[in-house]
Amino acid sequence: MTDWLPHIPRLISIEELDTEQVTAVLDTAEQLLPIAQRRRGSVPTLRGKVVCNLFLEDSTRTRLSFDLAAKRLSAEVINFSAKGSSVSKGESFKDTALTLDAMGVDCVVVRSGSSGAPLQLAGYLDVPIMNAGDGWHQHPTQALLDVFTMRRHLGDLTGRRVVIVGDVLHSRVARSEVQALKLLGAHVTLVAPPTLLPPAVQDWGVEVARDLDEVVADADVLYALRVQRERMHRAFFPSSREYARIWGVTGDRVARMKPDALVMHPGPMNRGVEITGDVADSDRAVITEQVTNGIAVRMACLYLLLASHPPRVEPCVPPAARTGEVA
Amino acid sequence: MSSPARILSADDVARMLKRLAHELLETNHGADGLVLVGIQTRGVPLARRLAAMIERIEGTEVPTGALDVTLFRDDLGSRGPKPIHPTDVPVDLQGRTVVLVDDVLYTGRTIRAALDALNELGRPDRIKLVVLVDRGHRQLPIRADHVGKNLPTAYGDRIRVLVADVDGEDGVVAEEVSA
Amino acid sequence: MRILLRHGRVLDPAAGTDAVRDVLVVDGSVAEVADHLDTPSDTEVIDCDGLWVTPGFVDLHTHLREPGGEGAEDIATGSAAGAAGGYTALCAMANTDPVCDAVPIADMVWRRGREVGLVDVFPVGSITRGLRGEELSPFGELHGSAARVDFFSDDGIPLADALVMRRALQYATAFDAVICNHAEEPDLTADAQMNEGAMSSVLGLPGWPHEAEEVMIARDLILAGGVGARLHVPHVTTAGAVELIRLAKQRGVRVTAEVTPHHLLLTDDLVASYDPVFKVNPPVRTDADVQALRAALADGTIDAVATDHAPHVPELKDQEWEHAPCGMLGLETAFGVVNTAVIRAGVLDPLQAIARFTTGPAGVRDLAGHGGAIAAGRPANLTVLDPERTWTVDGRALHSRARNTPYQGRELTGRAVHTLLRGRFTLRDGEVVPDQPSTTSTSEVAQ
Repeated sequence: MTDWLPHIPRLISIEELDTEQVTAVLDTAEQLLPIAQRRRGSVPTLRGKVVCNLFLEDSTRTRLSFDLAAKRLSAEVINFSAKGSSVSKGESFKDTALTLDAMGVDCVVVRSGSSGAPLQLAGYLDVPIMNAGDGWHQHPTQALLDVFTMRRHLGDLTGRRVVIVGDVLHSRVARSEVQALKLLGAHVTLVAPPTLLPPAVQDWGVEVARDLDEVVADADVLYALRVQRERMHRAFFPSSREYARIWGVTGDRVARMKPDALVMHPGPMNRGVEITGDVADSDRAVITEQVTNGIAVRMACLYLLLASHPPRVEPCVPPAARTGEVA
Repeated sequence: MSSPARILSADDVARMLKRLAHELLETNHGADGLVLVGIQTRGVPLARRLAAMIERIEGTEVPTGALDVTLFRDDLGSRGPKPIHPTDVPVDLQGRTVVLVDDVLYTGRTIRAALDALNELGRPDRIKLVVLVDRGHRQLPIRADHVGKNLPTAYGDRIRVLVADVDGEDGVVAEEVSA
Repeated sequence: MRILLRHGRVLDPAAGTDAVRDVLVVDGSVAEVADHLDTPSDTEVIDCDGLWVTPGFVDLHTHLREPGGEGAEDIATGSAAGAAGGYTALCAMANTDPVCDAVPIADMVWRRGREVGLVDVFPVGSITRGLRGEELSPFGELHGSAARVDFFSDDGIPLADALVMRRALQYATAFDAVICNHAEEPDLTADAQMNEGAMSSVLGLPGWPHEAEEVMIARDLILAGGVGARLHVPHVTTAGAVELIRLAKQRGVRVTAEVTPHHLLLTDDLVASYDPVFKVNPPVRTDADVQALRAALADGTIDAVATDHAPHVPELKDQEWEHAPCGMLGLETAFGVVNTAVIRAGVLDPLQAIARFTTGPAGVRDLAGHGGAIAAGRPANLTVLDPERTWTVDGRALHSRARNTPYQGRELTGRAVHTLLRGRFTLRDGEVVPDQPSTTSTSEVAQ
């Protein structure tokens, strides 16, 4: 009797997944990790499949990670980069989608500064869509690689305490991360300047703490979010110095954490703002490991999405046989 | 599906494995240079049991490994994603004789995938194939070096090899697919 | 030419009539309204059994897009949509290209409406030249023009400068004109994409806080009260805004207010689809806001239903949510939405509801008799509605050039059957009747 993995038709938001699907991604990534780490050669699994990286917002590291993941699985990768909106080129977003469809791709990995663009794309295309980050909305593969990294260090995440600190309001990572952690039974605490907490955050099913110092001692993971320095110009907080003092992941704070607790960051880091250099370079930080794990997790996602999707190229059937089928 | 008919008992399986161990040692002129690599999932415990028997016969410990061929299959997407099991071959294959071990040989496509998968792990001197049951209907020019039992069947029939480590008991059963 | 509307339920808010009546139309005017009228010869009898006969609907807030935006709509297609929705008068918003800030533009819009002949088009003048929020448009000249503009709005661009707003209110009193300011404090809505709240939080879209609307309305109410000017608050959307207006009315501020059909029905959970057809300014809000708006419409705090009919070409709406423009179609679905969401839900009785489409907006500005009583000697601007007719909205079947209806595929109950503009059918049996000399009309009458 062969057991099958759960079907994942698309990866747009962690909200669309259940625990079984998330676990399938993590278990698959575990087996693919040696290939991602280049301890084993690439595999022919997706030979003949065409994966399109549609990057409407710059992100070299995420694009490279998806690129490597697809290539380790022997998929063909085409890159479609266009900054800004399609309308500046005189065409609609829908036109862009239909162009991809006409090119005959098997999967679209989409990165966009516009929240919701991957879901809109899914409405225009029949192939699996993978969200590589959309606006403030979601960054599901980042969340999956993060929980993968946590699970490798901590085992089962049920009951584990994860503290996410920083600019939650503008963070697609935080939105995905909270949902993934909740699916795996972890307890999530958010700490942020009140100006950088999303509205109605109490509906997220998380705890919100005012004081980072009160929650670090119990944390199994301290996850620092990137803070954009330009935020201080719109009165979100007074200065990066004050931010670092109150909400920064500093050596003092990490010293009070449990011995096996982890420090994580989605990258790229603002050293000296949300995380100090000594913490980022310490053994606690698994930030570079997150990068390698990202390739394995993206491979797993591509495998799960494309292995459950019928091939785009139909086998060649003589016309007579085809009519027979229809009749 | 009708209730499964038992074709071979646990004792039959034990006798077959013993014979296969002897045959392997005979054709290999001993246990030197052998690596037993089981194909996931039921080939893996079968390889370990063969290795244990070889050790009992020859007094030599033979390294064993596990090989998952899912990522090398050519039927991806026809039914859905299969789980990927660990691949773990603990020795360098250079200069060795790899014995692939699987429960059933049927179309030959799993073995083709296994040969590709092995190729990524290293370059053995020689690759042999041991299967518990050969039920014919090959779609590729592949044959086993040592066969526990030839069981000619209809194409659509299902033959299941039960392995204690996976299924709780040993044996071979046939399931006719209902019309 | 005589038309007898037989046995319809006459809903005449001006007279307070809600009764089954016969209405006789002769030569473009209402000749007689009575329990039963004999059918004189040469009279076309329209059976209105089970139907509502009301004054022609008036829309205070329509984007007809002409001049400058004819790809999405023009005065002809927008007028057809209006007639199909039961409207006989539309107030064309000033944010055209060029902006309606000068007499030639206003007169062109007004005259083009008469040429098309499906509805009367009353232009809205801009408050400031070019909608720039700096110099006032020539209220006096516009008021004295053929179009007789007495209603000024910079449409979606809030007049952020309190001093300019105060001067506009003061200056408008010279002509008893109405100032209608888009109620949005722009500093609070930079980059805003949808209602701020639990949905925007999860969807990762910058929110439009309800405070942004309420802060601006509060300011405008205080300014209007201070100078004794007439203020109209367009498309009210929040429970808090309703409270502010209610209080101001109690205190005697000369304020009127409108609500759109979509804000009476739609809520921000629809944005989860990221379908830009639901993107609108002000945004669709929460169910609590919808309930407050329905209650305010019922108690008269809100005077009028206004559509904010805003056609957009598909290539603009087929963008990412963030890049798509705000606005949705509304003329042809307005009655169906209000009938379904408010009247049939028991929030408002039919007579009161019809008042919000007729006497309510007609009380906001001078509309040359539109929206008034159904009485002998008055122009026969009439609408016949089927309140039981259930239909499924299909953007492709609407008369607008654009298709951005948020009700695509939705079932509504209630639709206009006939519309008469000065006694002429502009909508007949659900079909828009273009205004051209018809050779068949005499034979029809003879039947």
